[in-house]
Amino acid sequence: MSTSTTLLALLEPGPAHGYTLKRNFDQWFGRRRPLAFGQVYSTLARLTRDGLADQIEVEAGHGPDRRLYRITPDGAAAVDDWVFTPQPAEVFATSTLYARVTVALLSGRDVTDVLARQREAHLRRMRELQAARRQATGAVLLAVTYELAHLDADLRWIEESGTRLDTVRRHLDRTGGGHA
Amino acid sequence: MLEALGIGLSYGATPALRRIDLTLAAGSRTALMGPSGSGKSSLLHCLAGILVPDRGRVMFDGQDLTGLSDRERSALRLRHMGVVFQFGDLVPELTLIENVMLPLQLLGVKRAAARASARDLLGELGVADVADSRTGAVSGGQAQRAAVARALVHEPRVVLADEPTGSLDTVNAEAVLDAMVALSTRMGVALVVVTHDNLVASHLDDLVVLRDGMLDLSAREAVG
Ligand SMILES: Nc1ncnc2c1ncn2[C@@H]1O[C@H](COP(=O)(O)OP(=O)(O)OP(=O)(O)O)[C@@H](O)[C@H]1O
Ligand SMILES: [Mg+2]
Repeated sequence: MSTSTTLLALLEPGPAHGYTLKRNFDQWFGRRRPLAFGQVYSTLARLTRDGLADQIEVEAGHGPDRRLYRITPDGAAAVDDWVFTPQPAEVFATSTLYARVTVALLSGRDVTDVLARQREAHLRRMRELQAARRQATGAVLLAVTYELAHLDADLRWIEESGTRLDTVRRHLDRTGGGHA
Repeated sequence: MLEALGIGLSYGATPALRRIDLTLAAGSRTALMGPSGSGKSSLLHCLAGILVPDRGRVMFDGQDLTGLSDRERSALRLRHMGVVFQFGDLVPELTLIENVMLPLQLLGVKRAAARASARDLLGELGVADVADSRTGAVSGGQAQRAAVARALVHEPRVVLADEPTGSLDTVNAEAVLDAMVALSTRMGVALVVVTHDNLVASHLDDLVVLRDGMLDLSAREAVG
């Protein structure tokens, strides 16, 4: 996720102070990892430098908290661009799981056990998310179900891999790809 | 509460279950998963006393189902269990609400009271609007929801459901599972749900996986 563009987008409804932005950001996007104040201000400084946001008011004699930031037309165009440009689909592949399973296969470790352990971890998280979903509304509902859907996809691959193991192992034996 | 002790079952020469041991506590919620043909429906039917295993015993509250007559097992199932069948078994000549009223009426509940309970439950499962339609005139998903209502309406000790959301999309399956979990908590009913869907399984607290008629112990989490 692009933190700077999401912060910028939070300026679209109207000018805001840094602390309001941080609060909104945490509410919508930072449930797991809230934004540090330092990062909010450094990001706003960069956006201002790049002409995507500007400051419309500085009350003399106060700290940085009094600065009000506003999105510029260039900023709005940048948000437009980011929102409507599809991401390369490859980024959705979670490669660490694939890599662990493959290393297990090539090294003759117990792949079934690797898959079973991951399934358990996934299911545990999915149960937590189901409980959260039952209470959730608005954007939280979307965030929770997004995570659920992705874990579900992993689990389907885990299950499917379990049933493909024999085929894969036979191929490795033929080609000498593993020592199992 | 419900226990399989070393049960085995064959259809002629085809072994479907081999030495299954499984204990389900009162109020527990278990997902039963596994590849097609692994024996999920067979196990569910043995637990429900619909099939009698060739070997082993099925204990319900300390009583051995395999030692009972067909009639005794049916009576016990009617009172204490609710079953949702994989391919549905609503009575086609009846409306959804009449189907849901059936268990209550067989247990001697008066028609008006049975109708009221059935209507409430159909409402909780989101199919109140088609309560008076015949089974053949509703969608597969609506019929499945009525079947779930029928399995719960008499507040049994355990509901054994075979792919109860097989015809439903994710959002509707979620609604049915939410209702099943809420009702099972309220009534203290144990749930056993056969499913191919991990999202469905994630509504339930325990997972049991079958492979070639055996429990996959690597996938089985500590129950209870
Ligand atoms: N009535 C029957 N007669 C003969 N064989 C049967 C019968 N019912 C099931 N079997 C066989 O028993 C095995 C287990 O079947 P079962 O229906 O229990 O599987 P399942 O896990 O429920 O599969 P699915 O996910 O496809 O519903 C399979 O090999 C199946 O072909
Ligand atoms: Mg089946």
